[in-house]
Order: sequence, then C-alpha cells, then structure tokens
Amino acid sequence: MPAITVDGLVKNYGQLRAVDGISFSVEEGEVFSLLGPNGAGKTTTIEILEGLRQADGGKTTVLETDPWRHGYDLHKRVGVIPQGFKFLDYPTPKEAIRYYAALFEKKVDPDEMLRRVILEDAANIWFQNLSGGQKQKLGMALSLVNDPELIFLDEPTTGLDPQARRAVWEVIRKLKSEGRTVMLTTHYLEEAEELADRVAIMNHGKIVAMGTTDQIETKYGSGQKMMVKAGDDLLKFLKENTKLNAESGGNGVVVVHLRDKDDAMVALGAIEESGAQWGDLTVKKDSLEDVFLRLVGPEGKQAEGGD
Amino acid sequence: MSAELRVYARGNVRSRVGFFFTLVFPIILILLFGAIFSSGGVGQTKVYVQNLDGGPTGAIFLAELNSTSHNCSSTYASGLCLSLVPANQNFTLYLTSHSATDGIVIPAGFSQAYIGKLPLNISVYGDPASTTSAVVSGIARSFVNAFDSYGVNGVAKIGVASLTPVASYKYIDFLIPGLIGFSALTSPMFAMVNIVSTYRKDKVFKLLSLTPLTKTEWLLSKIIWYIGTTALSFLLMSAVGIYAFGAHIAFSWGILIFVLVGPFFFVSLGMLVGTVSNSPESAAVVGNLVTFPMMFLSGTFFPVSGMPDYLQTVAHVLPLYYMIDGLNNVMIYGNYGPALFDGALLLALAVVVFALAVRFFRWRED
Repeated sequence: MPAITVDGLVKNYGQLRAVDGISFSVEEGEVFSLLGPNGAGKTTTIEILEGLRQADGGKTTVLETDPWRHGYDLHKRVGVIPQGFKFLDYPTPKEAIRYYAALFEKKVDPDEMLRRVILEDAANIWFQNLSGGQKQKLGMALSLVNDPELIFLDEPTTGLDPQARRAVWEVIRKLKSEGRTVMLTTHYLEEAEELADRVAIMNHGKIVAMGTTDQIETKYGSGQKMMVKAGDDLLKFLKENTKLNAESGGNGVVVVHLRDKDDAMVALGAIEESGAQWGDLTVKKDSLEDVFLRLVGPEGKQAEGGD
Repeated sequence: MSAELRVYARGNVRSRVGFFFTLVFPIILILLFGAIFSSGGVGQTKVYVQNLDGGPTGAIFLAELNSTSHNCSSTYASGLCLSLVPANQNFTLYLTSHSATDGIVIPAGFSQAYIGKLPLNISVYGDPASTTSAVVSGIARSFVNAFDSYGVNGVAKIGVASLTPVASYKYIDFLIPGLIGFSALTSPMFAMVNIVSTYRKDKVFKLLSLTPLTKTEWLLSKIIWYIGTTALSFLLMSAVGIYAFGAHIAFSWGILIFVLVGPFFFVSLGMLVGTVSNSPESAAVVGNLVTFPMMFLSGTFFPVSGMPDYLQTVAHVLPLYYMIDGLNNVMIYGNYGPALFDGALLLALAVVVFALAVRFFRWRED
C-alpha cells in the first residue's frame, strides 16, 4: 500500500489554479521529491497532504487516511517541517524537544534526538540565537519526536550554507536508512539528485515529468553528446562527410549528438580524418538540471521563495 | 496543555520586556502615583455638610459655617471647603461614594431645640486616625460653642456628638484596584495581540496544528498564565501599597473572582483582536484602539465618579470599568452585591468573547 496517493488533485486561490489535477503516489520507505520553480504548486500540494489546506478537487490519502478530515489522527503519525521553519524565541533545542514530546505524550531522550540531527553542541542555546542551519536541524528533530512513519520536508535547506545543507542531507539519508517515507520539496536540483528515489517536476500546478532521475534524464534529455573544442572547419567537415547530428555549441565547441555507440565511433574517426585542430573531447548526457531547464524554462532555475 | 503553559511561562520570564510590563511596570506606576497623590496636607480639605433641619436656625448655622470657608470648585484654594449634601441622601453612603471621610450633619429639629433651649448634638463624621478629621471636628466644636454662647446667653445646649467614625479612603486605596485592572488589561492584551499576529505570520500556529494540542487548550494555557501573573501582580501591588503608602485593603474571596475573570476576558479579547486583524501592524493598531480608552477611562488612575458625566457614560460601556468597580467594591467598600453583579457581567462577556475567539481563530487554512 503506498504511503501517499494523489489522484487528480486541484487547488484554486481565487482565479489562480495553483494545483491542476496532479496524480502520483509515494511508496513506503521511499524518498520522493517534488521539484519545481517558485509558484509551481509544491508547497500547496505538500500542505494539502499534511492536512493544513483543503483541496478543491481530487482525492488524496496519506497513510490510508484523508488528511483534511482526519488531520488530528494523522498528525500523530507524520512529522512535518514547514517551509521557513520558525519556532518560539526562548526555548532551547533541548526544551523544545521536551515540549513537543509532552504534546505528543511520548517519552524521548532529548540528547539522543539532538545527536540524531547533529545538534548536540547547541542543546542549550535559545532558539532565537541559533544559526539558520541549527534551526532547520531542530525542525528535523521536532518532526521526529513522535517517531513518524512519514516525514514531510518542505524546502528544508533553503537559505542554508553548503556545509549546513550537507548536514541536513545526512539526516535525511539516516531517515531513509531507518525505513521512513520522506516527501521532500526543493528547488535545488542537486538536492533531489542526491536524496530522492523518485522525482516529480512541477510547473504551473502540473507535473511535467516524473520518475527516477535516470528515467527523467533519459526520457526528457537529448541523449549523449560528444563535445570537442575545435573550429568551424571541423563542424563543416562533419556535416559534409558524415550523417552525424553536429552543431556549434558556442565558444569554439562542436557538439555531436550521439544516437548510439556507432555514432561515437564514426565521430572519433571523422575527427581524426578531418585533420582539424581539436582538443578537450568529452562525452556527457543531459543532467537533471538540463532537463529541468528544458521543461520549466531558464527562469525556473534561480527561482527562490515559497509557493 | 501543561507543556504549552510551561514553555510559554519560560518564554515570558526570559523575555525581560514581557516580565517588565507584567510585574515591574505596575509597581513603578503605584510608586509614582502613590508618591504624587498621597503626600497629604496640600490642597483642599473637603467637608460635606448636610442640613436636615427644616427651620431657620439650621439655615443660619449653615450660612455662618459657609462664610468661614470657600467654594470647593476653586481649584487653587487650599484649606477648608464645604460641599452641600442633599437632605434626601444617606449621608454615610454619600461620603463613601465620593471617596470622602469628613462631614457635618445638622440634625432634624435643630431649630426647635435651639429655640427651646433643649440639648441637641451636631454630628461630625470622620476618620479618628486622620488629622484632617481632627481639624474638622475641632472646627465644628468651636463653631458650635460660639453659636451656642451667642444665641442662648452662655447656656450651652447645642453640643457636638463624639466623632462618628467613617472609614478613611485614600487615593492609594483606589489606585491599587485600578492598577490590578490595568495589569489584567495590558499584559494579556498586548501579548496576545502580538502573539496571534506574529505566530500566524511565522507559521508557528501551523506547526502547533500538527501536534495534538488543540486551539482551545492553547488559549486556556494563556488564560491560566495570565491569571497567575495577575494574582502575583495583585500580591506585589498590595504589598507595596500597604508597606509604602499605608493602603487599606480588605482581603476577601471576592478579589479572587476578578483575578480569575479579568484575565479570562482580556486574554480572549486579545486573541479575538489578533485573529480578526490581517497583519501584525493592523493588529497593533486595533489592539491600541481597544486598550487605551479602557486604560484611562475605566477608573484605573482616578475614580470614575470624579469624571465628567459624559465620560462616566463612556466608562460604563468599557469592560475594564466592571473589573475595577468590582475590585473597588470588594477591596474598599466590602459591597459584595454590586461586586457580584460586576463579576457576573464580566464573566458573561468573557464567555462570549472566548467563544468568538475560538470560533474565528483557525490553525489551518481552507
């Protein structure tokens, strides 16, 4: 049974359709990432799944319950870090964990919880004096207090420095290794590639691609490319003497799109045969970033903030 | 709920600003106003006079008495001033309702007794411990002696009854209930308006909605906290009032009504104001609009009875008035009937405002 099922989910804000009939499911123990630019509908989707917002259409189940109607029961089984996690100013992380544990009527060892999120050094610092990364880690610790089966992380590393981001990643990997299901929204492509088993790319309220990162790169990418630093004479030779799909990549780079291994062998032979000056030959395929940019447009990549 | 109460209490103690305004600020006010208005010996000594005699002699006596003093409306005058009490008023209650102690009553049958040379006493009211009462008593005695010897050829028939004790109310006695009301109003109102609007902006409510804590429990924990701070504030202010200014406070169970119901009402009201406001800025404006008129017009710093009639009308629609009036009734006069009315009215308002706050306040969004 999937941990999450979403079927034809719709959410409108006045005239704006924020989520436009999306469908997907998340299996137990899976790390599933919703990827998309600002305004794509990621946070709205995750908040509907958390039971914080009511959907206008479609059907959603989270751990086999309706998140809006049975949110009170569901919240005992899930952990959540909302986007831009903030907390009360004065509790220390240790006190905050005790407070949350009391609310959930759970017995936890605050020191152990802090060790799990690598925050033991800041155990007795007031929340308002913690760094951004430490605050996020506390958010993770709080989301784990009730020993959740499923954890929602809404842009957990936005605004963090690279070191803090990698520390948060480490915690997420631990959660996965413990067999917990993680639903992650992010607009950092690298984060999705590093952590997610499967990714859904959202744009304008719709899912435009879904699968493992390899599947998405293969399906939506333009295949493998050979890139050679060379002049126009090589490009002219390849076009006139071979059936290869070659083009200029700019900055004195010739790009050859490879359909199969034979294309690669033909290209190498032709380069040698052309007698042209060349160097820095590399072969690569489209990254998730290339695919993402192709699907959502270049403006999506640098998008910041919530949606 | 106890966890929520603990974390909020800890935050309040650590946030020195909240702690200052909850407990220290009212003490500063009591010291300040107490020092300014409890100095004594300066200004007018107001003496209330009631003439129950229908005959000419009482009128002459009153006119003579009047000629030796000045009009109380003369703001800058000091010394004795007379204020006439209508004959149909209960003299003691009249003194109480005007926060006064000193008075002289010309009894019924004064003229007949004087003309018939029958013995009769002028009644003098005052606080035996008060120097002004002693002065008033002395003036009345000498005045009667002079009147007696002039009118009946040295045969003293008119005398002065021994001083009828009237409980003495000082400014500080009214200031303490006023400032308890002030504390019960300002701390919860400002805190709740701020908390509700900023928690919503910072999504702290969203976070709390993901726990088993209910919004009713959350609100109740705040009410319990502010009942505690109001009780502590009451004890501190009473201690300062008694030891620094010799305030008279009648400690009784009736005080408990207002220490419980006042914070219940004002926490709920602060929550409602914060809930219906769109942003922290608008919440602050609405909060101030609600709080400041109550702060100054409900008898916090000065008795409402001393205000112009139209402001007294305004005061009667302000909930804080009923808290302070109730505390005055319990702590000063020992009038439990009116105090129960004040308490019941405030409780009814609190229940309505609490229900509205819970109804309109939402953890989640549609």
